[in-house]
Amino acid sequence: MSNIITDETIEYVSILAKLDLSEEEREQAKKDMGSMLDYIDKLNELNTQGVEPMSHIFPVNNVFREDVLENGDDRDNLLSNAPQKKDGCYKVPKTVE
Amino acid sequence: MKQYEMVIGLEVHVELATKTKIFCSCTTQFGGSPNTHTCPVCTGMPGSLPVLNKQVVEYAMAVGIATNCDITRYSKFDRKNYFYPDNPQNYQISQLYLPICRNGYVEIETQSGTKKIGIHEIHMEEDAGKLIHDEWEDCTLVDYNRSGVPLIEIVSEPDLRSAQEVITYLEKLRLLIQYLGASDCKLNEGSMRADVNLSIRPVGAQEYGTRTEMKNLNSFKAISRAIEAEKLRQIELIEEGKTVIQETRRWDDNKEYSYAMRSKEDAQDYRYFPDPDLAPVVVTQEWVDSILNRQPEFRDAKIKRYIEDFKIPEYDAQIITSSKHLADIFEETVELSGQPKEASNWIMVETMHILKVREMEPEKVSFSPSNLAKLIKLIESGKINRTVAKEVFEVIFDKDMDPEKYVEENGLIMESDEGALKEIIQKIVDANPKSVEDFHGGKEKALGFLVGQAMKETKGKANPALINKILKEILMH
Amino acid sequence: MDIMSLTALEMGRKIKNKEIGVVEAAKAALDRSEALESIVHGFVTLDGEGAIRSAQRIQKLIDEGTLTGPLAGVPMAVKDNICTKGLLTTCSSKILYNFVPPYSAQAVLNMEKAGAVIIGKTNMDEFAMGSTTETSAYGVTRNPWNMDHVPGGSSGGSCAVVASEEVSYSLGSDTGGSIRQPSSFCGVTGIKPTYGTVSRYGLIAYGSSLDQIGPVAKNVSDCTAILEAVASFDKKDSTSVLRENYDFSSALVDDVKGMKIGIPRDYFGQGLDEDVKAAVMAAASILEQKGAIVEEFDLSLTEYAIPAYYVIASAEASSNLARFDGVKYGYRAPEFEGLHEMYKKSRSQGFGAEVKRRIMLGSFVLSSGYYDAYYLKALRTKALIKEAFDKAFAKYDIILGPVAPSTAPRLGESLTDPIKMYLGDIYTIAVNLAGLPAISLPCGRDKKGLPIGLQLIGDCFKENNIIRAAYSFEQTREYERPEIAKEERR
Ligand SMILES: [Mg+2]
Ligand SMILES: [Zn+2]
Repeated sequence: MSNIITDETIEYVSILAKLDLSEEEREQAKKDMGSMLDYIDKLNELNTQGVEPMSHIFPVNNVFREDVLENGDDRDNLLSNAPQKKDGCYKVPKTVE
Repeated sequence: MKQYEMVIGLEVHVELATKTKIFCSCTTQFGGSPNTHTCPVCTGMPGSLPVLNKQVVEYAMAVGIATNCDITRYSKFDRKNYFYPDNPQNYQISQLYLPICRNGYVEIETQSGTKKIGIHEIHMEEDAGKLIHDEWEDCTLVDYNRSGVPLIEIVSEPDLRSAQEVITYLEKLRLLIQYLGASDCKLNEGSMRADVNLSIRPVGAQEYGTRTEMKNLNSFKAISRAIEAEKLRQIELIEEGKTVIQETRRWDDNKEYSYAMRSKEDAQDYRYFPDPDLAPVVVTQEWVDSILNRQPEFRDAKIKRYIEDFKIPEYDAQIITSSKHLADIFEETVELSGQPKEASNWIMVETMHILKVREMEPEKVSFSPSNLAKLIKLIESGKINRTVAKEVFEVIFDKDMDPEKYVEENGLIMESDEGALKEIIQKIVDANPKSVEDFHGGKEKALGFLVGQAMKETKGKANPALINKILKEILMH
Repeated sequence: MDIMSLTALEMGRKIKNKEIGVVEAAKAALDRSEALESIVHGFVTLDGEGAIRSAQRIQKLIDEGTLTGPLAGVPMAVKDNICTKGLLTTCSSKILYNFVPPYSAQAVLNMEKAGAVIIGKTNMDEFAMGSTTETSAYGVTRNPWNMDHVPGGSSGGSCAVVASEEVSYSLGSDTGGSIRQPSSFCGVTGIKPTYGTVSRYGLIAYGSSLDQIGPVAKNVSDCTAILEAVASFDKKDSTSVLRENYDFSSALVDDVKGMKIGIPRDYFGQGLDEDVKAAVMAAASILEQKGAIVEEFDLSLTEYAIPAYYVIASAEASSNLARFDGVKYGYRAPEFEGLHEMYKKSRSQGFGAEVKRRIMLGSFVLSSGYYDAYYLKALRTKALIKEAFDKAFAKYDIILGPVAPSTAPRLGESLTDPIKMYLGDIYTIAVNLAGLPAISLPCGRDKKGLPIGLQLIGDCFKENNIIRAAYSFEQTREYERPEIAKEERR
């Protein structure tokens, strides 16, 4: 394997991804990510110099809405899935120390 | 001690005055019960998709044109990924790689003359929801009413050197955007917010020092205080041989102190990438031209027009146009009353006086021009005098009352019954023989005293011109 | 008569002629599902009550003459990553174990307008990440042709319940082959439309630039009718494309004379199962006999599609799946200390291994220092792949090839080696990168008796070419039902 994934990388990526991996999962993730990246490195065989990165497959531009109010109060419907709510709000652990 | 200078750049967020949010058709109205201005899109429901509000692009372009920016002909939206509960998707849709406007500037007046402040870029993005700390349960409540309200972020070059320059620059920006109608720019409601990037260096040095970013600045005063405090903090660190750490700090205006917003859970790696759910924005020259043609009259042009068309002094015009809102009230009042000088006086003297006493923002003025115009007409027609008018104006200012109705109901119409006035004045003349004597002895002042007495007796409602006339008649006899 | 053996259009016709009632049809589907689900397990949720209620409503509309479409009253199923208002939608993930959408996907609204009776939500690989339907948090779905084999994935449930005749048709979604590959494994027909043809509004995103909803049914005619009903230009989806026309039925013509068919040599190399190769080549010669001009050619870049796909899809997924955080809906860990632990625990307990694997990879390839080397490189590769297809379609009307290198693997065989599993998508993935339409339809069976699929790929917006060729080919063979569908289970 040419891509060696370190503990630090896994730690860093799991902070970004907000995932709490077990010891076993970490080891597996190191292996999986390493071999996936080795595989992805195959792309380096391709000369892509001067090729524009293509995010959209069709050149569709300027897709707009007009500034017209259409939505009303749908709070109860939207809040109905919240794991915890209070006073018409989504309730979460406190965000400030 | 060495002399230091500050190097300051600003990131100014402005909430745009659209009716609906940037990516859904929910209202942008301020306030409202929590989460009543939301839908699947702005609450990040699975499967929901954003669609761009055209007006947002037009406002952003208008601000860009007014700040001398190049309008990007092919612009895109990117996702800025970070977890926080005020952001329902856990990514903010913003612009990193191809922002809508770039390379602009505004000119500000400083002690040493006119100075150009560079605008690095202006990009469009969505606002976040509001987090409310619940003391009772020690938890946080999330309200997504603001989530998805359109913002532009105006990023300046590090061209500012003092708190005064920062405030002047912000005032200039604010006025410009208000004139465009792109935002009301209320600092206290958060529709204009500035983050300050600040570093210091010895005077004369070429390279920049390490900068910090200051957030949570809710007024011009807070901005000034935060800048001065951060300057001192950085100087102290450097004088003590320590280093400034590049970090984001939160200003607490009550404690006049800032603290670092660091956490090991924040990697500050936003993993920006083009949002696959949104199409690129392509701007043609025709579109730019049409925005240009719709640009409103800016302050300098207004001042010139007021002087020429309304014949009011430059000083007055300066004050009135210092707020787009006041200028709008002024122009409509002139239109309705036909009396520019009168309208100007009520705004630049009386209105400004009340604002100063109450420490109010001009944007908070809420009376209608039609009521001020009516007041001017009441004076013109002699129905009320100036003393009464001032009292009535305060009522208009506070309650936007119809002045005609008000003076009627409160019996403030001037006493113009000649017979009744004659009786009152005769009594005053009889009671003040000394003044009568003085008058006949050539002392004009004595007449003033007698008029004053008459006004007092009629509780200010008498028509001063009529009093004068009757008094002279009695005294000449 | 076993009414569930009918095709969707046949059933629609009988409902129109009052030979079958809508409630009767819904009950037949529900009864059959109840009987077979313990074996097939193609559904995450069966909605008996809701189905009967909408059947009654739809019968009325048909009687009134308001609903006249060819699919009115026909019972169907929807993949569990497509939002259905008021009906549990889980993406086969624990993290959405209790999510009842407050709105319906545009695709669902379109089907309801056509008179669809939704029987339930079908099982899938968690968040559509997988090709076996084994990564579902709600158990594996079995292949109706052989219970020891997987149905394919990620739309394994949608394809299995059509093959087992629990419903007449279903909706699936295809990000890298997720409609075509399970259709092939289950011996049914599925279409992945041109990107932008079916609204993605309400489809819970995996790879936004690749995802498309499409039909699964017993034959080409059914799929065509479903595609006509489900396709629409939707202002709520900025990537929706306003097409010149939405008429696909006119392509149901048994005639391929003069049609130019290209067979990519790259699709017939190492790793392709001999039975699959033989069946697909036989299909090609049938089309040739019918007058098509068949030619081999080098498509090129085939081997680069999978790595490019995994970078793009994982990157988009890492961002798309960030919203599942225990705040607004779905699973929240029961115990945690503070906000960040709530995020981490809810997500770690809520997501399965494959989803976590792709989120980690996606977060990595976007992270600072790697964006250019991985993400932009993949987007550049995508541009080259699109170019290769453009070149091919300048010469050919359609491209013909296999759907997958092999028939359905045994349960539990695929998940151990991710790369080997990903290689199974080699013939389907490039189609999504290039936004092309493609169809998978049965063309034979292997030695074990498992179905083999034929894939026809068209140029963008040229669904009608693949529909015509598929329809013509289909006329040369009988629809094959698995034993389980033939058994009387009432
Ligand atoms: Mg920003
Ligand atoms: Zn909304």
